[in-house]
Amino acid sequence: MVSEEKNIILEARNLAVGYSSKGGDSVIAEAINFSILKGELVGLVGANGIGKSTLLRSLSGMQSVLKGSIYLNGKNLNEYTSFQLATQLSVVLTEAPASKNLSVLEMVSLGRQPYTNWLGSLSEVDKKAINFALEATETTTLAHRKCYELSDGQMQRVAIARALTQDTPIIILDEPTTHLDIYHRAYVLKLLKKLASETQKTILFSTHEIDLAIQLTDKMLVMAKNESFYNEPCKLIEDGRFNALFPTETIDFDGKTGRFVIKN
Amino acid sequence: MQISQTYRLQFLVLFIGLIVAFLVNLSIGSVSIPIDEIVSIFLGNGASKETWRYIIMDYRLPKAITAMLAGGGLAISGLLMQTLFRNPLAGPFVLGLSSGASLGVAILILGASAFGGFFGTLLLSQWSLVIASALGSFLVLLAVLAVTFRIKDTMAILIIGLMFGSVTTAVVSVLSYFSNAEQLQQYIFWSFGSLGNQSWQGVLILSLCFLAGILLSVFSSKSLNGLLLGENYAKSMGLHIKRTTFIIILATSILAGSITAFVGPIAFVGLAVPHLVRQFYKTSNHLVLLPAVLLCGSLLMLICDTVAQLPFSEFTLPINAITSLIGAPVVIWLLVRKRKLFF
Repeated sequence: MVSEEKNIILEARNLAVGYSSKGGDSVIAEAINFSILKGELVGLVGANGIGKSTLLRSLSGMQSVLKGSIYLNGKNLNEYTSFQLATQLSVVLTEAPASKNLSVLEMVSLGRQPYTNWLGSLSEVDKKAINFALEATETTTLAHRKCYELSDGQMQRVAIARALTQDTPIIILDEPTTHLDIYHRAYVLKLLKKLASETQKTILFSTHEIDLAIQLTDKMLVMAKNESFYNEPCKLIEDGRFNALFPTETIDFDGKTGRFVIKN
Repeated sequence: MQISQTYRLQFLVLFIGLIVAFLVNLSIGSVSIPIDEIVSIFLGNGASKETWRYIIMDYRLPKAITAMLAGGGLAISGLLMQTLFRNPLAGPFVLGLSSGASLGVAILILGASAFGGFFGTLLLSQWSLVIASALGSFLVLLAVLAVTFRIKDTMAILIIGLMFGSVTTAVVSVLSYFSNAEQLQQYIFWSFGSLGNQSWQGVLILSLCFLAGILLSVFSSKSLNGLLLGENYAKSMGLHIKRTTFIIILATSILAGSITAFVGPIAFVGLAVPHLVRQFYKTSNHLVLLPAVLLCGSLLMLICDTVAQLPFSEFTLPINAITSLIGAPVVIWLLVRKRKLFF
């Protein structure tokens, strides 16, 4: 238990996320508790609009929390400057890069920005990190292609390569499997699994591929209305937590097969 | 694998082109001066005719330098705006700077009659035009910066800049309605843009503003590269969005504001040149794009000015019309060729 506490890298205590405005806070999700260990692959599941993206944005420091706190390496996330955070945590967002005219190599190289000098020139260390990321995501052959020439699957691999280049202990991905075919969905999730186990990076991703996530992840965070559950996938199945995800009159979770079935 | 690429050939071609265009620009005009005489004047050996030396040193050289500063500066501010707003149609004047300058000049020229008499004529000296348009664009700049501090969304800043533009255009229309023909003509002549009639003093002040703008742009090049991924990604890599936005807008305002103050509004160079450069430089790295856009903008402006001179004639066409006549077809050609404008 002691060693486990030492290994906690990202922790949420009684967290409430949402948006604050003059008229008052609008809470989107609350009562979120979890502690993620180093090197774990964690899947975040929940219905549309339950607050997965909001939670991920809060965890990556892009918006402030409404209640409770987030601890990164035992230190409150608020105490990190945006620059310090950039060396701890990288993101893969649902949005494509603003400029489609970037080449793959340029996009991946930009991941080194927290480490490069004021002109952004690349050192040998930077180039090594870039090459590693390209190889790990099998995008080396795409390096000189422009982003507008890529398929969705290739684009997603490049986006992951950029995050890898940033060389942070934590990578947070917002729905990395959306818009991908079944092969690429499995490919991306297996890639994340491989990265987590081989590089000891902590990877947190949100997804709608609940059955794939159950097979691959170390832990899962299930977000339901006003409550959330964090545990190993098999324990979550035992406790029937996936049933709480959706209204049960349309679909039901089958614990034996680990997938949802349509009710007649 | 080779990660960084140099564009030696492209830069060499641009540089040689710039020198050739510079010499041709100096040589052609109402009086044609041979290029070897120009070189001799530069080397301090004097020319075979003293008037030639006078024409070159006091008229054509300041004009050519102004053309290069204006072209390069406007092109750079166009690049900055396209990256900041992540919009291929952005140009140096999207923030309403040129409308601000127009307003300043309009109030000065069209309102001069209100002051009347001696004071009125004093107001209309060349420097007062410069000061009026500088003040106009400076006021719009202050308004835009005030908005920048309050609003996070860059697209909102873009729209507010356009709104400022509309309001100032409307005010200019109202002023025009109440002015006499002579004043209107003077205002319209200002809006044609003019590279000539610059004193060396003016060229010096313009160069200083130019230098300040370029330094700020180079200083921002890493942030500009980061912004290519979008604001959220840039933020996740530790970029201060507000500070970066502020510096980029400041650099654009200094460049576009000072150039408009000295030579009047000049259309299309800022919009077209960055797109033209992207055709020949297959990179998005601003450290490469900035010098390329600078050289290309200077070159294009020198060519436009040479065309505007109407070689071997007494006439000079309005430079603003020439840049549009050349710039608009370039943008159309790019769109037809690539079917999509990237930034």
